[in-house]
Amino acid sequence: MMIFDVAIIGAGPAGMQAACDLRRRDLSVVVLDEQPAPGGQIWRGVERNCQPGSHLAQGLGAEYRQGADVARSFRASGADYRPLSRVWQIEESSKEAMAQGWQVFVTRESQAEVIEARRILLANGAQERPVPFPGWTRPGVLTVGAAQILLKSGGLLPEGPVWICGAGPLPLLYAHQLRKLGGQIAGFLDTAPRDTLRRGLPHLNGALRDWKSLAKGLGWQAGMRLSGLRRETGVTQLRAEGGDRLERIRWQTPEGEKSATAGVLLIHEGLVPSVHPTLSLQCEHAWSDAQQSLRPVLDPWGETTRSGLFVAGDAAGIDGAKAALAKGALAAIGIARSLGVLSDARARHARVAGDRALSKARAARPLLDSLYPAPEGKIGDDTIVCRCEELTAGQIRAAARRGAADPDRVKAETRAGMGPCQGRQCGYTIARLIAEAHDMPRADVGFHNIRPPLKPVTLGELASLGKTKA
Amino acid sequence: MRAGTDLIVIGGGLHGLSAALQSARRGLRVVLLEGAFTGRHASGATAAGVRSLNRAVEELPLSLEAQAQWEDMIALVGDDCGFHAGGQVQVAMDTEAEARIKARIARLEAAGMRHEQWIGPDRLTELVPVMQPGALGAAYVARDGSADPHRTIRAFRAACLDAGVEILENHPVTWLARDGSLWTVVAGGTTHVAPTVVNAAGAWGRQIAKLAGDPLDVGIKNSMMIVTERCEPCLGPVISAQNRKLSFKQTADGTFLIGGGVQGRLRPGGGSASVDFGALSGAMSTTLALFPWVADLRLVRAWAGMEAATADLLPVIGPSHRAPGLIHVFGFSGHGFQLVPSVGRVIADLAETGRTRTELSAFDPGRLATNRKAA
Ligand SMILES: Cc1cc2nc3c(=O)[nH]c(=O)nc-3n(C[C@H](O)[C@H](O)[C@H](O)COP(=O)(O)OP(=O)(O)OC[C@H]3O[C@@H](n4cnc5c(N)ncnc54)[C@H](O)[C@@H]3O)c2cc1C
Ligand SMILES: Cc1cc2nc3c(=O)[nH]c(=O)nc-3n(C[C@H](O)[C@H](O)[C@H](O)COP(=O)(O)OP(=O)(O)OC[C@H]3O[C@@H](n4cnc5c(N)ncnc54)[C@H](O)[C@@H]3O)c2cc1C
Repeated sequence: MMIFDVAIIGAGPAGMQAACDLRRRDLSVVVLDEQPAPGGQIWRGVERNCQPGSHLAQGLGAEYRQGADVARSFRASGADYRPLSRVWQIEESSKEAMAQGWQVFVTRESQAEVIEARRILLANGAQERPVPFPGWTRPGVLTVGAAQILLKSGGLLPEGPVWICGAGPLPLLYAHQLRKLGGQIAGFLDTAPRDTLRRGLPHLNGALRDWKSLAKGLGWQAGMRLSGLRRETGVTQLRAEGGDRLERIRWQTPEGEKSATAGVLLIHEGLVPSVHPTLSLQCEHAWSDAQQSLRPVLDPWGETTRSGLFVAGDAAGIDGAKAALAKGALAAIGIARSLGVLSDARARHARVAGDRALSKARAARPLLDSLYPAPEGKIGDDTIVCRCEELTAGQIRAAARRGAADPDRVKAETRAGMGPCQGRQCGYTIARLIAEAHDMPRADVGFHNIRPPLKPVTLGELASLGKTKA
Repeated sequence: MRAGTDLIVIGGGLHGLSAALQSARRGLRVVLLEGAFTGRHASGATAAGVRSLNRAVEELPLSLEAQAQWEDMIALVGDDCGFHAGGQVQVAMDTEAEARIKARIARLEAAGMRHEQWIGPDRLTELVPVMQPGALGAAYVARDGSADPHRTIRAFRAACLDAGVEILENHPVTWLARDGSLWTVVAGGTTHVAPTVVNAAGAWGRQIAKLAGDPLDVGIKNSMMIVTERCEPCLGPVISAQNRKLSFKQTADGTFLIGGGVQGRLRPGGGSASVDFGALSGAMSTTLALFPWVADLRLVRAWAGMEAATADLLPVIGPSHRAPGLIHVFGFSGHGFQLVPSVGRVIADLAETGRTRTELSAFDPGRLATNRKAA
């Protein structure tokens, strides 16, 4: 069986950049991604959507169109790219014959397979931060990211006017894209705290290094104002009401309670790194107060606390696509160094430019983090927290108070986080409720143990491992 | 330092909890020291099969006692622990398996034990209509079944607290020594003194034994489990197969639990176990041969649980020979869940009076004693 030098999980900006750079050093590279085509989140569907005659390319914007060039270089790089490939487990090889190596379990078209590689690069990106509120599980409520995925992968616009509620660059971008493509927006409920100036000012100077991004963001906001769109600021205590479907939304502003009829509500409260793979591999993680999320602890080369396992892109901390490209390039240097094809001295030289690009790409991040903090409002006892097991905040609080401040204990006691989502939807909320019950810093609570698989796999697929299809 | 403690139990798995509970009920003042939280290891990872079927004869007296206790768990802990007597079935997939099962049932009957019975293919199909036809028959125990492990842990823990057991979680025992007639046990920065100590530390039982000056030759097992997405209820009994690694059952909430002793790996450092999907994949063939329709079900979680295992696969139950006042209760080798109520009774006997009516010679720690220097 072929042993690759490097297996990359994720063909977004970080994974594609790393693949191109590693191929330039003649290393054998396999790239696994569950999407049908390269691009990752930002550039999902970029090859198809940028074909001549596609109306989407214009509406999705210039930054989106740039992805086509990166995808083209990636296709030409000679990396063994495997789309529609879901990675559901990563293990360190037990075989002694391999000095150091990894096994990646992946399913493609119902056939499971183990891919072996000497190094792993996780370029698996981010996920939207789940924020429970009354009614968030009601049909008609979805995330901005999910709506944007429909837009990029099939050109689908939501039916009827939508309400957008949340904070961060993504809702602004999506609102902008939607308007350009002829979608209807009923209103924009901004949940960012109103004291923008006080929060943002200390970070403004640094952020000016990335004035292009700032100008872009200001442009989206100005566009929204000019369009006469209804906009509410200082929004808290959102509720999605109705029966089987969303009918009405209700919210609070400093001026009082308001409500409106609603058919579709799109929510978004920022991104968090997708840390399930590194958590399940028991890498060390650190808590970021600014981003209210965990991230794997990395050395300057992008290597985790488990040697041979690297992380790049938003999976290493939310910094956006430009930074993801830079992190991909740096991880490629780190991996080449660790495989011995690049001396330490050359590697240090090679990374100077990458470091500079990364620091520039990150310049506006402290400003963004301060403008769009994770929501801190109290979660009502009746609000569902764990969707898989249908557990409320009240039930989790009660369990949290009954014993030690340990997410695994609360999980064992309540089953919260044991369902198909493995805590992707509830893990942070549960940890927050535990911290609250024990009056301790969120950073000290940790996260529950992650049990495989990382992605859904059927028993039939599991059984097909190692057997080639008839 | 706490004075006045009669018994220190090390380990808050089900065996530690059961021993603590039944000792406290007899008036002993009990402190239970748990390194993580109650049920963190084997007792929380278990398939929770309540099975007398295919037990080693040495374990049967305890197992049959436990069977009756499971039927009346409310009397012991105030909750039924989710026990459901759906039966246990051990399928014979070939003539050799059939011969083995029949020989076992004959041996049991000769010894006066009639809990297992042989059922033919027709009765088997009646009992398990969702199984592929073709099996030659099966051993069957109608009174067996399974329970809800987390509910069982919660119930034993609550009953312990009610009975006055002091439970200290996040208190790993790091040192213990005997001075005169008293043991001193250090755990998580606290010190405890008592005449009697119970070693119920599961996979770490051998470490405690060694610390106490009674090194025992006991290994580790890392059995794996799979749980699927939920389905309509369709399977009553727990299914195993003679000579194959299979344990298959549907839980009360509709998920299927698949295990059967396929082994995972010990993580570096030995503190926990991880799943070996290659091994799990190989073991899927028996499940799929009997239940081909599970191929389309989604695997929701897989895990491995650590437990001490002895060479003869019998537990270590009884007083230490070299460390007076220390009682071992660990090494259940992958099938200790069912025995929790009866073994707790035995440990309470020993803690209270130093004696028990139950024959323990097959479980004697002495059979596993290793040389102190070599250990
Ligand atoms: C829903 C969503 C929408 C976003 N839209 C935008 C946007 O429009 N503009 C913008 O600037 N930023 C957007 N972002 C932010 C985005 O995280 C970054 O800008 C950028 O895409 C990060 O690049 P990356 O290479 O780190 O990861 P990504 O681009 O997220 O790429 C990760 C890739 O890994 C694959 N993957 C992950 N896990 C597995 C697995 N187990 N098996 C196989 N494949 C796997 C995913 O399919 C994905 O293609 C979005 C983020 C999200 C979550
Ligand atoms: C996957 C799996 C499936 C199983 N299926 C079945 C089944 O179907 N039927 C059946 O009868 N049995 C089954 N078993 C076996 C059964 O679960 C165990 O025999 C039983 O749970 C053992 O309980 P215990 O209390 O001895 O051990 P544990 O539950 O492991 O408890 C030991 C405790 O000691 C603690 N500890 C360790 N070191 C220290 C220290 N230094 N200080 C303080 N505390 C410490 C640990 O944290 C742990 O909580 C299964 C086991 C596994 C792993």
